[in-house]
Amino acid sequence: MMKSKADEEDYWNSSKFKAFTFDDEDDEFSTLKESKRTVNSIRCLVEEDDDKEEVEKVSWNGEPVSSNSWSVSETAASNQRAEREPAFPKINTVTISKSHSGYSLSSLFKGETDGKVSLTGSSVLMMSSCCDQDYVSDWSPEETVHRMQQGKVVSLEKFRSLQDKLLLLDSCVAAHDGNVITAVLIYLKRTLSKEVLFRELEPRQTALSHLIHYLTETRDQRLLLELYTCLTCFCFQLLQYKEHLSIADENKRRDFLKSCLSLPFSPEDSSHVQDHYTLMERQVIIETTDRRAERGEKVERALILNMPLITTLSYCCLYHYSESEGTFSSPLNIRQTFKISEKQFFVTALGARAKLKAWSDVDALFTSRNWLGFTRKKSPLGFQRVVDILQKNSAPTQVLQDYVALVDDAELRITLAQKHKCHDIVINTYRDLKDRQQLLGYRGKVERGSGEERKIDELLNNLVRRGHHVTCHHVTCHHVTCLM
Amino acid sequence: MAAHLSYGRVNLNILREVARKDLREFLDKCAGSKAIVWDEYLTGPFGLIAQYSLLKEHEVEKMFTLKSGRVPPADVKNIIFFVRPRLELMDIIAENVFSEDKLQSSRDFHILFVPRRSVLCEQRLKEQGVLASFINIDEYILDLIPYDGDLLSMEYESAFRECYLENDQTSLYHTAKGLINLQALYGTIPQIYGKGECARHVANMMLRMKREFAGSQNQILPVFDTLLLLDRNVDLLTPLATQLTYEGLIDEIYGITNGYVKLPPEKFAQKKQGEASKDLPTEPKKLQLNSAEELYAEIRDKNFNAVGAALSKKAKIISAAFEGRHNAKTVGEIKQFVSQLPHMQAARSSLANHTSIAELIKDITSMCHLASEAFFDNLTVEQEFMTGVETDKVNPYIEDCIAQKDPLIKILRLVCMQSVCNNGLKQKVFDYYKREILQTYGYEHILTLNNLEKASLLKPQTSSRNNYPTIRKTLKLWLEDANEQNPNDISYVYSGYAPLSVRLTQVLARPGWRSIEEVLKMLPGPHFEERQQLPAGLHKKRQQGENRTTLVFFLGGVTYAEIAALRFLSQMEDSGMEYIIATTKLLNGTTWIKSLMDRPESQIS
Repeated sequence: MMKSKADEEDYWNSSKFKAFTFDDEDDEFSTLKESKRTVNSIRCLVEEDDDKEEVEKVSWNGEPVSSNSWSVSETAASNQRAEREPAFPKINTVTISKSHSGYSLSSLFKGETDGKVSLTGSSVLMMSSCCDQDYVSDWSPEETVHRMQQGKVVSLEKFRSLQDKLLLLDSCVAAHDGNVITAVLIYLKRTLSKEVLFRELEPRQTALSHLIHYLTETRDQRLLLELYTCLTCFCFQLLQYKEHLSIADENKRRDFLKSCLSLPFSPEDSSHVQDHYTLMERQVIIETTDRRAERGEKVERALILNMPLITTLSYCCLYHYSESEGTFSSPLNIRQTFKISEKQFFVTALGARAKLKAWSDVDALFTSRNWLGFTRKKSPLGFQRVVDILQKNSAPTQVLQDYVALVDDAELRITLAQKHKCHDIVINTYRDLKDRQQLLGYRGKVERGSGEERKIDELLNNLVRRGHHVTCHHVTCHHVTCLM
Repeated sequence: MAAHLSYGRVNLNILREVARKDLREFLDKCAGSKAIVWDEYLTGPFGLIAQYSLLKEHEVEKMFTLKSGRVPPADVKNIIFFVRPRLELMDIIAENVFSEDKLQSSRDFHILFVPRRSVLCEQRLKEQGVLASFINIDEYILDLIPYDGDLLSMEYESAFRECYLENDQTSLYHTAKGLINLQALYGTIPQIYGKGECARHVANMMLRMKREFAGSQNQILPVFDTLLLLDRNVDLLTPLATQLTYEGLIDEIYGITNGYVKLPPEKFAQKKQGEASKDLPTEPKKLQLNSAEELYAEIRDKNFNAVGAALSKKAKIISAAFEGRHNAKTVGEIKQFVSQLPHMQAARSSLANHTSIAELIKDITSMCHLASEAFFDNLTVEQEFMTGVETDKVNPYIEDCIAQKDPLIKILRLVCMQSVCNNGLKQKVFDYYKREILQTYGYEHILTLNNLEKASLLKPQTSSRNNYPTIRKTLKLWLEDANEQNPNDISYVYSGYAPLSVRLTQVLARPGWRSIEEVLKMLPGPHFEERQQLPAGLHKKRQQGENRTTLVFFLGGVTYAEIAALRFLSQMEDSGMEYIIATTKLLNGTTWIKSLMDRPESQIS
């Protein structure tokens, strides 16, 4: 198979060359006639509704390729490769085809009389019509691009061979003018098979981006999907995934995500997209079940559809906390499935249980038993943050002080204790620091005649008796910059 | 009205006048009464060129924003669409035109494309079957808009995204075109320097365009001596840092758009004598900020820590001036005093405004307020990163911020900064941040993270060598004890960090880039030098001690703090160089990251 292709290439190469070397008017004329016939036959085959005039004047117009011409190309799909390949060997005849467009035209048709021409339907139409136009000129790709930038009328039809087209594409990419690049791409899209177009664009990232942008703007989802599936690099598949954002219906959205799973993502992206799909799938299940169960409830629960994972986890910690690990909505199951870090899980569960004032659950989160059977409080995040979270959920002082007391840093502990009016902790800490002055100062802040006041007095007496030196602690400031 | 544009070293008002003339000419082409339908994006930039009064003089009676459906009824002869050449806008225009026909009216349609016509758009209109409905289709070349006396902006927000994410370098083409137009007005710029891929492209295009016009020699004596083209991606770090100049902070906190800022109104409530305390205004206070305001020009580029002192000094001067009325004894003296009153009153209200703004900012940034804790913690982490402290570990502050669901943009700014300062994050750290962000803010942000990776803002480390410390040391990007009150170095604009981009500019002027070849090689993209031939007789004969002028063009955006740093360099006595700044867009870390996000609106909460 491969060999026969190569043979065919050779044939094309030589036949093309011949057509140039033996400059024979009659020959050219006859092939032209022949081509006209071919064109006519194609016209009825393709039933292009492009009107002739439009194709001539603005051949690089923004019209999407009619579905007719695509369907034709699809029927010819098996032949496309063999048929497209011949354009390649033209590399060494570029200049020839440029200055003698008539010859390359004729030679192009020579090989196409067997009917494989259908793919190039529209471009052939253009060629046939431009033969008798006198404005056909011999601009180089650069000149053509330049004229396009100036908004002048140009015909792109003369860029017939793949090689010519690619030269044109490369020179407009070099000009950095997005409009011109898009215009040329539209022409290429019309005149090249998808496979060839995609293959040639892959190493031309700039042009590829422009095509994707154009297809996105014109909402040509079908072709976009084909393109993404074709590409071997991982750069663009996410753009397909991005489409899910515009789907409102949750079931459709979920199904769309599922359809994305088969795209060739990078391994890393692939796992995230997979997680996204799994999450969405679960959200739909949980939401459906809970809606049913909820009918009796007074308080409406927040919706979790399309919410981030952590928000979903928080929801499950609120409403499905004690479920066994086997259910979809169990927090532990979610933690397992999505590999949520210990810290994240902890913060989320803590927040949710505190919100429900389920202090025993909160307590249980910290409790770990050592081998002697003693319990002690352990936390993957600083107790300062724990206090912060509890306080935000308006935990009572009795609860707060248990955790304030666990803050390691004495200064921080005092600050927090003062803030949350955990007098005992403040007093005990000052006692441990043997800071008489601070104790004295704090005496003014507690209620007169209260147990705290008595405790302070007692301590002060003790401290005096022992005659310890008083140290004063300053809160140091780490900030590098001091504004105003 | 725009006198402040002509005060600077280069009279940028010429550019504005040309733009106004073109606009008038186009409006006069559409004879009779008109209504303008605006692409909303354009109203801001146009406001810098022309006020409504100019339009009114040319029979513009109504203005609408472009929306799908029908153009609101207006008894005018012409409907003119002012739009950017974008396909999606063409569809809306087509819808407008179609709905109009049903009403059987005889209004004429025109389109003005800004900044350039687009065949693709016209083709789209043709497809929609409305192209023939337009009497005039024209383009309005508005590339470089004079923003202030020393500042030009293209107001092209998506330029960075298009160049670095979408491989669409159309903005560079507009830039080159804009520079060619600029040279037509201010003379050929003899020397071009550049650093970065985009800079190279722009320079190439400029030189090519110049060759194409080889026939017509530019006979204007060059105003600019040098053009420096800088890619934003040469210095990704600077915009991520919180700007600490007065103007920079206003932009960071409230956002400056097209020279205007909207502020919470409470502090601006007018307390008139004899009036009971009125209800607080609810509309945000809108203020224009530019060098036309004397006080603002004086304080905008100061480090915020120096603004308080400057304001109180000003207050003393103003009250002394008002006291002057007691000394005015003779009729002549009184007359003179009265003649100065308007100016004094303007100065007083300007002082009142800026005192209020400074108070607002102080509430957020000052240490004594609880609410400002976050600001300080954030700043501390930024400065740790910039000095290279623990950039290779997961940062606990960032971790906490994620756990607290702080705004995603804040997280991204910090994480990107850590990545840039570490020349990419360790794979483990990178994966950790990525997972935390996706789990907390939603998997769809994989798109945004991917964009940031493409732009090299957030990436895994590819080589084990982190060259940021070398860059920092060689270019002296960090200075301990930056003097905020009386700065002696550009690092004052970030209270210690000297913006890399501006340092490159400074070194180019003296002693030249040859001294930092090694570092230049570490930064992305080529660096180059080009010369443009001047016709004989146009070579400047420089007076002794005369400053040279450099146009610094930031491709992909510039921050107010960087502008402040360049102004500082212009004012330095021995620098011998004055800078005019041009850019695709004025930005800060937040607007920049936002422009790189996909569906940014979903995370504002």
